[in-house]
Amino acid sequence: MNNELHQQFVRDMLTESFEGLDRFDQDILQLEKGGVPDETLHTIFRVVHTLKGTAGCLGFTRIQRLAHAGENVLDRLREHQLAPSTALAGVLLRLSDGLRAHLTSIDATGREADADHGALIAELDRIHQPSTSVPEPAAAPRPAIFPEASVPAEIPVATAEPAGWGLFDPLPEASFPAPSNATAASESSETPPAFASTATTATAAPASSSSVRVDTGHLDRLMNLVGELVLARNQLMQVAQSRTARPETVAEVSQRLNRITTELQEGVMKTRMQPIGNVWSKLPRIVRDIAVGLGKQVRLETIGSETELDRTIVEAIRDPLTHIIRNSIDHGIESPEVRVQAGKPAEGTLLMRAFHEGGRVNIEIVDDGAGINLHKVRQRALERALLSADDAARLSERELIALIFAPGFSTAEKVSDVSGRGVGMDVVRTNIEKIGGSVDVQTTAGEGTTLRIKIPLTLAIVPALIVRSGAERFAIPQVSLVELVRLEGEAATRAIEQVYGAPVFRLRGQLLPLVFLHAELKLVSKPALADVVHIVVLQSDSRQFGLVVDAICDTEEIVVKPLGKHLMGLPMFAGATIMGDGRVALILDVPGLAQHARLLGENRERAASRQAAGADDASERSQLLLFSLGGRERLAMDLDQAARLEEFSRDRIEFTAGREAVQYRGRILPLVRVGRHLPGAHASAATGDEKIQVIVYEKGGHAVGLVVDRICDIIEEVVDLQPGSATPGIAGSAIVQGRITDLVDVAYLLNAAGVSTTRAA
Amino acid sequence: MDHSTTSERCQLCTFFVGGLFLGVDVLSVQEVLRARELTVVPLAHTTIRGLLNLRGQIVTAIDLRLRLGFPPRERDDEVMFMIMRDAEGCVALLVDGVGDVIEVGDLTLEPPPETIAPHARALLTGVHQLPGRLLHVLDVRHATDVAPSQP
Repeated sequence: MNNELHQQFVRDMLTESFEGLDRFDQDILQLEKGGVPDETLHTIFRVVHTLKGTAGCLGFTRIQRLAHAGENVLDRLREHQLAPSTALAGVLLRLSDGLRAHLTSIDATGREADADHGALIAELDRIHQPSTSVPEPAAAPRPAIFPEASVPAEIPVATAEPAGWGLFDPLPEASFPAPSNATAASESSETPPAFASTATTATAAPASSSSVRVDTGHLDRLMNLVGELVLARNQLMQVAQSRTARPETVAEVSQRLNRITTELQEGVMKTRMQPIGNVWSKLPRIVRDIAVGLGKQVRLETIGSETELDRTIVEAIRDPLTHIIRNSIDHGIESPEVRVQAGKPAEGTLLMRAFHEGGRVNIEIVDDGAGINLHKVRQRALERALLSADDAARLSERELIALIFAPGFSTAEKVSDVSGRGVGMDVVRTNIEKIGGSVDVQTTAGEGTTLRIKIPLTLAIVPALIVRSGAERFAIPQVSLVELVRLEGEAATRAIEQVYGAPVFRLRGQLLPLVFLHAELKLVSKPALADVVHIVVLQSDSRQFGLVVDAICDTEEIVVKPLGKHLMGLPMFAGATIMGDGRVALILDVPGLAQHARLLGENRERAASRQAAGADDASERSQLLLFSLGGRERLAMDLDQAARLEEFSRDRIEFTAGREAVQYRGRILPLVRVGRHLPGAHASAATGDEKIQVIVYEKGGHAVGLVVDRICDIIEEVVDLQPGSATPGIAGSAIVQGRITDLVDVAYLLNAAGVSTTRAA
Repeated sequence: MDHSTTSERCQLCTFFVGGLFLGVDVLSVQEVLRARELTVVPLAHTTIRGLLNLRGQIVTAIDLRLRLGFPPRERDDEVMFMIMRDAEGCVALLVDGVGDVIEVGDLTLEPPPETIAPHARALLTGVHQLPGRLLHVLDVRHATDVAPSQP
């Protein structure tokens, strides 16, 4: 046979068979649960039958022999001469593993795997032979399908583990003899096909990712668009050549070109889009294997499997997702006995949900297990000297949870002895961040854990902010962008402070470390107009920092192009792009930049926050918002109570149910004039003003706007509150910046105004 | 410095850098461009002058003057870019000027003379003696092999 043709046939067989076997696995799992229509039985049979035929034609005799043995069993199943059972499903899944191992080997080396699966074939034959009474198939010693996977070590002994993301629980005794497995095996005569699926999911990728199926209707639409593009080009050339072209014509052509390009961009993107279900289709099998191995009962639910994302991203999240699922089952979901004791159903639920939101894909992995034991996280972090006792006490719940992603936290002995997996949660996060995504964890003790992954739809074209430093423009992917700050005049000169020699900016009371782009990149930047400072607040690795640039230009969709090999060693650049004027601009890599600036080193930031907390840790500093009213010049409230500061034009005030209100972020914000309800103050003196100053107070999801005359300052000081004053509406007085200042009791105020935050519209 | 390769005649594209008359195999040159704007890459190797937009492809530009150890030129507006193509992609070489394509015999290739600075000598394959002057043959692979990050 023509060699090239032969290669083509082999490739086709691989693509087709990998797909077929994935479906096969799902169908078998369905079969195990029972109630499968005849049609499915036929499908299962056909997959193996077709593979046998193709393999035979191409001379792969081992596949042929194995498939033949399997086909016999499936034929009897199809004829209802065999009843589906867990044991039978186990054998059939091993058949699928065996076939897949051969195919994987052909994909990699061009030859079948060395194992001949004699034992498996014998077992299949035993089931097939009607003469011998059907033996307990899986009770026979498990043949080594994957000799490299040492079976007992691979099966985690987690039934004995206490609940809670076991990561942080004490290790089971080393002498623990894995009784649960032994008993489980003899009782149910069920041996799990171990963790063979890991190997297959990982290696099945090459053949399956080299080709993509595209709907022919979609291809036709693309061709139409290309046709339109050619026409538009012709028209453009004509316009360019004619001397008398009117500006309107040029505008018209460019508008058309713009539309076609956008549609083409979307169309081509769509051909690269794959439903996330392609990754999820492998999960039921993985969940079954892990759950059976751990002696747990887990039901997998998926919502939104049709959610589409770029195929490069589909490939990139495959392994992190698998790992998260293992973690959830291993450490999150408790064993049936523990669950029943806790008053939960014995069967744990693992929910995977995917949906599009704001141009990104969200994937949630929700388990109803024990949740993360924060106390243990703290202890473990202390043991590992990841933080000092002082810091450990200070960390918020969120920061504590973030620790499970810290490298080295994923407890080495755990990984090797119990779970047997290669990567830790830090690798999961690194992999997701590599594709511009983020991971977020929420947990409730005893109720479960939710992992939320946010990833971009595609990597090739990304929205970016263009900034300028010196003569150069740089693109910053918007994924890392938090906000922009522009300081003018006096504020600019005062804003930047030094903490331990590092520049910081006080952003709403938080210390934001600053990085000067021109200094970081050693650019010759002429001292920009000193009275304007542009700070781009960026997020990397769950920390924020401010990047000081000379100018902020625009936002633009940029096409990401890789840098040549000569520039590979520069971590602060993620690539380059071509701007509208044809010049090249570099794309900043935010984590790389932060790393280069050594910003994310804990120490410096901790030092900074400690400095902010005050020299003497004993006395609490609090942040106050100072404002004034006619008649009362020095008033303050806790900054925590102020969600935002806003300025509304007077003509935006409307009346609803006899009360003043403004439309704010799509909601109605009732206004309370503080001056009317506070004794000693008179209603706004500055009635002639065009604008009103409003402090937005938020509680329980409801917002109220407090109207004041002037917002003076935000200060941070050690406040010694003296409760003496009996004036209603004043919680107490303190000396702030050397002057007596009254602290407003916001709750009283709202009450007096007849607005309660619980029923505010 | 292989003297015993084929005696087939091969063509060299010649150019000038800091007074040196140099040549490279004409087949390795994709095109020659006039000076155009470069985007500086901060912190890159000093011989990397920047990035070039070549019809939508981004090409790294290496200044041969600096690479060969010559002082930087005073004005950049006369430079030429030689776009070199190899299996891994394109790279642009900044040169002072481009000359003719000259046909030479491999047999006349001699080791570079001792008078050339060792740093520059390492980047040459050898020299051809032409009537009245020397044609230095550049080792393109070596010349474009710039360490990734060495400020």
